[in-house]
Amino acid sequence: MTADAPRGVDAPPDLVQLLTPEGERVDHPDYDIELTAEEVRSLYRDLVLVRRVDLEAVALQRQGELGLWASLLGQEAAQIGSGRALTTADMAFPTYREHGVAWCRDVDPVKLLGMFRGVNHGGWDPAEHNFHLYTIVIGSQTLHAVGYAMGVQRDGADAATIVYFGDGASAQGDVNEAFIWASVFNAPVVFFCQNNQWAISQPMERQTKIPLYQRASGFGFPGVRVDGNDVFACLAVTRQALRNAREGQGPTLIEAYTYRMGAHTTSDDPTRYRLADELEAWKLKDPIERVKAYLFKNQFADQEFFDKVDAEADALGKDVRARCLAMPDPKPGAMFQHVYTEPHALLDEEREQYLTYLAGFEAGGER
Amino acid sequence: MGRTTVGRTAEQTAEQAVTYRQALHDTLRAEMLRDEDVLLLGEEIGVFEGSYKITAGLLDEFGPRRVRDTPICEEGFVGAAIGAAMLGLRPVVEIMTINFSLLAIDQIVNHAAKMRAMFGGQVSVPMVIRTPGGGGQQLAATHSQNLEVFYAHVPGLKVVAPSTPADAKGLLASAVRDDDPVLFLENLALYNTKGVVPGGDHIVRIGTAAVAKEGSDLTLVAYSRAAVIAHDVARRLEDEGVSAEVIDLRSLRPLDRATVCASARKTGRAIVLEDDWLSYGIGAEIAATIAEGAFDYLDAPVRRVAAAEVPLPYAKPLELAALPDAAALTRVIREVLEATRFVPRRVPSSQG
Ligand SMILES: Cc1ncc(C[n+]2csc(CCOP(=O)(O)OP(=O)(O)O)c2C)c(N)n1
Ligand SMILES: [Mg+2]
Repeated sequence: MTADAPRGVDAPPDLVQLLTPEGERVDHPDYDIELTAEEVRSLYRDLVLVRRVDLEAVALQRQGELGLWASLLGQEAAQIGSGRALTTADMAFPTYREHGVAWCRDVDPVKLLGMFRGVNHGGWDPAEHNFHLYTIVIGSQTLHAVGYAMGVQRDGADAATIVYFGDGASAQGDVNEAFIWASVFNAPVVFFCQNNQWAISQPMERQTKIPLYQRASGFGFPGVRVDGNDVFACLAVTRQALRNAREGQGPTLIEAYTYRMGAHTTSDDPTRYRLADELEAWKLKDPIERVKAYLFKNQFADQEFFDKVDAEADALGKDVRARCLAMPDPKPGAMFQHVYTEPHALLDEEREQYLTYLAGFEAGGER
Repeated sequence: MGRTTVGRTAEQTAEQAVTYRQALHDTLRAEMLRDEDVLLLGEEIGVFEGSYKITAGLLDEFGPRRVRDTPICEEGFVGAAIGAAMLGLRPVVEIMTINFSLLAIDQIVNHAAKMRAMFGGQVSVPMVIRTPGGGGQQLAATHSQNLEVFYAHVPGLKVVAPSTPADAKGLLASAVRDDDPVLFLENLALYNTKGVVPGGDHIVRIGTAAVAKEGSDLTLVAYSRAAVIAHDVARRLEDEGVSAEVIDLRSLRPLDRATVCASARKTGRAIVLEDDWLSYGIGAEIAATIAEGAFDYLDAPVRRVAAAEVPLPYAKPLELAALPDAAALTRVIREVLEATRFVPRRVPSSQG
């Protein structure tokens, strides 16, 4: 059994779009953006590079080098657009798929891979990058983000918080409670929902009967639906929402209307539950192709530029692969680290026993 | 649409070897055929056929009225199942893994478990929550826990944890027919294990442990995946002239104290193997039970072999190190035997 009709063939109502799939700039009464050719080239480069890292990660998982990978394919514009809207002082809370946002926060992609390879638990310092660690229990990070934002509000700091979640997560109690908190306390937080149409095998209609962005009005704050494959619109809409948050106008819900072009994760096979037509329809809305078309049309970039970005992407892919494979395995005693901030008698005892046990093998003991 | 190995099966009448997964699937299906009031609720159980394919083919066969894919809201669908159960339906809820039951724990502990008592016996909640637990699959700390002790602690709930396909069948049938809420614990590492399953209507009474292997020198107590390990270790010990008895608890609440204590009284030595953390775990309950019911017969203190008290690591070697295994159990068995000056009996030389 599959969904009745391919979704997303027609543009949904109320979509904020500034760049059409054909690469035409269009106006929107509420949102506008002035971008120099240099800035557009830079966005294009981001989009291409994160797609390349993602591709490499999928390949590494296929080759048994990563335990799992959740691909961002198709969601590059939503992530780069929103990620580039953040100031250094802003804080981001991701799910498990925000590799593009991580890129914008200057997190070395190898650190993301390290986590999925199981050699570290996310090797980046969230405070250094203002990018929190990945969360897999669906929806929980929305509450953390609200609490964080309320802390920022209390400090009177000039910063906003953005939190990412999926269409599926929108059904979770935590997310709805986060909406309530943010609304009641006017927290400087932006809820960024990437509606990629699917939650594993469950279509969006399983989670919501009304368009997701409209949920916000019931909670008492604005909601806006943006073309999630349009990096200009994602940038403009997120920038505005973050500014509103910083200026004391409270939360915004952004629904980035996009599509998960790949599997849910590398352990999933989407051909079992969704129509090929749907994928084909969304291929025409590719977030990278439209920027390329725009750059070409306006003569903001020439072939040499595109070749250069491709070469850079390939080099990045190779580099990420090499450094991923070179990451050392964690040391045997590592699991006892970081359970508590201070030494803990029981853990010390267990660590001791375990290391003695291991030493037994080195001494030639049998197991 | 692709078919998985667990598909629709012919009515199983004769005894045959099937996987734990297949036994669960076939029993669910049989219960649905038997009783029109049985319905399934959960994330990804319909179109996707369940994260672990237990519900394969059931949406096609029974339709969305009886097999319902839910939104991602564990508290929501467990709560709704309680309401449906109060009405007399028999919902069987699948929580993708026991880890996500934490999002529904208020509904389970405060409502499902208490309604009957608090409403003076006027309502009952004949609901089953099926959910797999366990580590070893490299799913990291929040997806690899053994939280059954949370539920085994609560009056009003029943908690069962089969380790074999036969018990999976017998206990699931019992759970579905039970008028009280039952948490039915599966295990990720057991789904592909095979065993002989009795044909026809096979029932295992909730609250009865199994003597999985008889023995006279020491008692190994375990449940779920750990029971399989304990059984393997016990079989190997036979070759060394050690006769271990294996008690597979099968039911954590109610706990079959009589069977556990009878075995400990007989052998005088007892070791618990458990996948959960040591402190306040199932092993603690078993050790206390034996201390109360068999103390005078013991030659040595009851020992517990459990997981390292850390959030389970994602890295494969660390994960393996954190989980209790056959080697860890064997080591403790040897310690207990040595401490009690056990002399192995002569083993007839094997045929090789
Ligand atoms: C509390 C909880 N329930 C269930 C799951 C299993 N699960 C993992 S991802 C997922 C779907 C999430 O869909 P969505 O929010 O749309 O995000 P997407 O994966 O599409 O980015 C589910 C159900 C989980 N991780 N946590
Ligand atoms: Mg989704």
